Amino acid sequence: MSILIDENTKLLIQGITGSFGARHASLSLAYGTKVVAGVTPGKGGQKFENVVPIFDTVSHAVNETGATATAIFVPPPFAADAILEAADAGMELIVCITEGIPVMDMMRVKEALRGSKSRLVGPNCPGIVTPGHGEKSHGGCRIGIAPGYIHKRGNVGVVSRSGTLTYEAVFQLTQLGYGQSTCVGIGGDPINGTNHQEVLEMFNNDPETEAIIMIGEIGGTAEVDAARWAKAHCKKPIAGFIAGATAPPGRRMGHAGAIVGGEEDTAQAKKRILAECGIAVAETPAEMATTLLARWGK
Amino acid sequence: MNIHEYQAKELFDRFQVPSPKGAVASSPEEAAAAARQFSGAKLVIKAQVHAGGRGKGHFTNGFQGGVHLIESPEQAAEFAEKMLNQTLVTVQTGEAGKLVSKVMVAEAVDITHEYYLAILMDRATCRPVIVVSTAGGMSIEDVAHNTPEKIVRQFVHPLLGLQAYEVRKLTEALGMTGDIAKQFAKLLGNLYKLFISCDCAMLEINPLVTTPDGRVLALDAKFGFDDNALYRHPDIVAMRDKTEEDPREVAASEYDLNYIGLDGNIACLVNGAGLAMATMDIIKHYGGDPANFLDVGGGASKEQVTAAFKIILGDPNVKGILINIFGGIMDCNIIAEGVIAAAKETGLPIPLVVRLEGNNVEMGKATLAASGLDIVAADDMSDAARKIVAAVQ
Repeated sequence: MSILIDENTKLLIQGITGSFGARHASLSLAYGTKVVAGVTPGKGGQKFENVVPIFDTVSHAVNETGATATAIFVPPPFAADAILEAADAGMELIVCITEGIPVMDMMRVKEALRGSKSRLVGPNCPGIVTPGHGEKSHGGCRIGIAPGYIHKRGNVGVVSRSGTLTYEAVFQLTQLGYGQSTCVGIGGDPINGTNHQEVLEMFNNDPETEAIIMIGEIGGTAEVDAARWAKAHCKKPIAGFIAGATAPPGRRMGHAGAIVGGEEDTAQAKKRILAECGIAVAETPAEMATTLLARWGK
Repeated sequence: MNIHEYQAKELFDRFQVPSPKGAVASSPEEAAAAARQFSGAKLVIKAQVHAGGRGKGHFTNGFQGGVHLIESPEQAAEFAEKMLNQTLVTVQTGEAGKLVSKVMVAEAVDITHEYYLAILMDRATCRPVIVVSTAGGMSIEDVAHNTPEKIVRQFVHPLLGLQAYEVRKLTEALGMTGDIAKQFAKLLGNLYKLFISCDCAMLEINPLVTTPDGRVLALDAKFGFDDNALYRHPDIVAMRDKTEEDPREVAASEYDLNYIGLDGNIACLVNGAGLAMATMDIIKHYGGDPANFLDVGGGASKEQVTAAFKIILGDPNVKGILINIFGGIMDCNIIAEGVIAAAKETGLPIPLVVRLEGNNVEMGKATLAASGLDIVAADDMSDAARKIVAAVQ
């Protein structure tokens, strides 16, 4: 098992002919992911790399190929529309990679998706990887922009707002011989589809996941809410890391969501609350995996 | 992005949010004309800089105060002469101060009551929230801490927008009645339209005042705009005043680099915002002081890395550089070539520690080693942080 996706997931890519989307579509294909369709309005009927059929609309692509998950690579002005189109087509999982979507657009999308059967992950996220069992984790499902080869199939769930910090955690785990069940990048924007707590709940219910790394940063209360939930409900060992201890207040640190505003959204406050909730907090980003292993008794 | 007081007034005027009468001036003649335009009212002249603390500030030419009451058009011209093209130093500008290129002549309003009014995007509920308080004119953080019962919040449905009953609840909470309540309702409706139409992240009026002659006015405003939405607001982008910004940050933004200047002496160059923050943290953890946040992004080009390098080396406080790259997809060898190209162009007067990991890392390390430059290679993030901290001490 794994969460959200597995090696049989049929993936659609919206924006497959743009340079960014095309590059990562190729990498996913090379990883062994079942990329069954692409969507670029106006290019329906063509094929991507002579294999993947391209459609004008998501609903047409779904009808023809049975895709259940989509990765969105379209530019920010068109991303909200792309998410809504995917939801309209009944897509189970929508992973929005696009960075730079206006907050007002996401506010409306979030409200429009309320009650929908589609789950949105992102935007402004690296995506999701469920590693495969082959060499360098080949054969897994790679949705988004993460480097596939650093993964290894195993029993640690990873959830993070940041792409590169996810890769750090995954790389550290793999180096130490510990694989991952699923790695979820939920994105760095202030309004996103899926939060830390929802991913922890899925990991808690997943028999393959035995331990969890949760990576967060300054701004908002998502990590704190997740930690309080975990204290009451999660029996699996968790290690946490919060980035941004040295960030000046009121400045947006790259991620639109990474800005210190209130009393509970500083790195210091979040680390304290995580620890109070029984999460092993890594002091530095170099110690995420070792902190987990110590808590896990490995 | 911040805007000037006179620009905030322009937006208020456009959306019919009442504020004190005023006009902007770039010369003593314009200041005098503005004062004549509002003759009969009590007037102030204010230097236009983004920083607060203007009233108690001083100009480097010796003139005291960036805000003055004026009694006549002649006096407006006289004060404008002393402020314009002069440098104002306040508690918020730093010692270098800010050049004043515009002044605003505005009505000095008599105040009956002061209130607090703000609209912000609430992350937890993913919708706008209107915050009001009868405790206006003071720091809202202090009010929230000392008298939280004086703060009233109203969430607004993202698709329905502001409803009349929501406004009535807020009016009641502020204890407003009669014509004042009507004026407030109209002001709030228009302010909400401004918030949504201009893609604001935050809009704070502190204080909102009532006057003895029965008006409701936005006296002082602070705007925050969603950077992601600026592409659809060329009029707001045009309000950007680059002279108010850190020149290093302006240079970085021209190369699509995320750079924020800090006070330390160890510069960092990192790919990814999360890792960039974490790199600053680990420098601090090992006793160093980061000089900046710098995210070169996931697909940084050789040109970007070179530009980043030049910006870092342009900071006189910087005594050492830490490059921390996790090249997941990005080829470490391309990073290595970018670093070498930059170092050869600018020279390398200070220690440089490089930690590379990921795609094609062996080739990247070999390229650095073969460059003939004095580059210290690090094995992992902790090793890198320790080495750069030791190097600058």
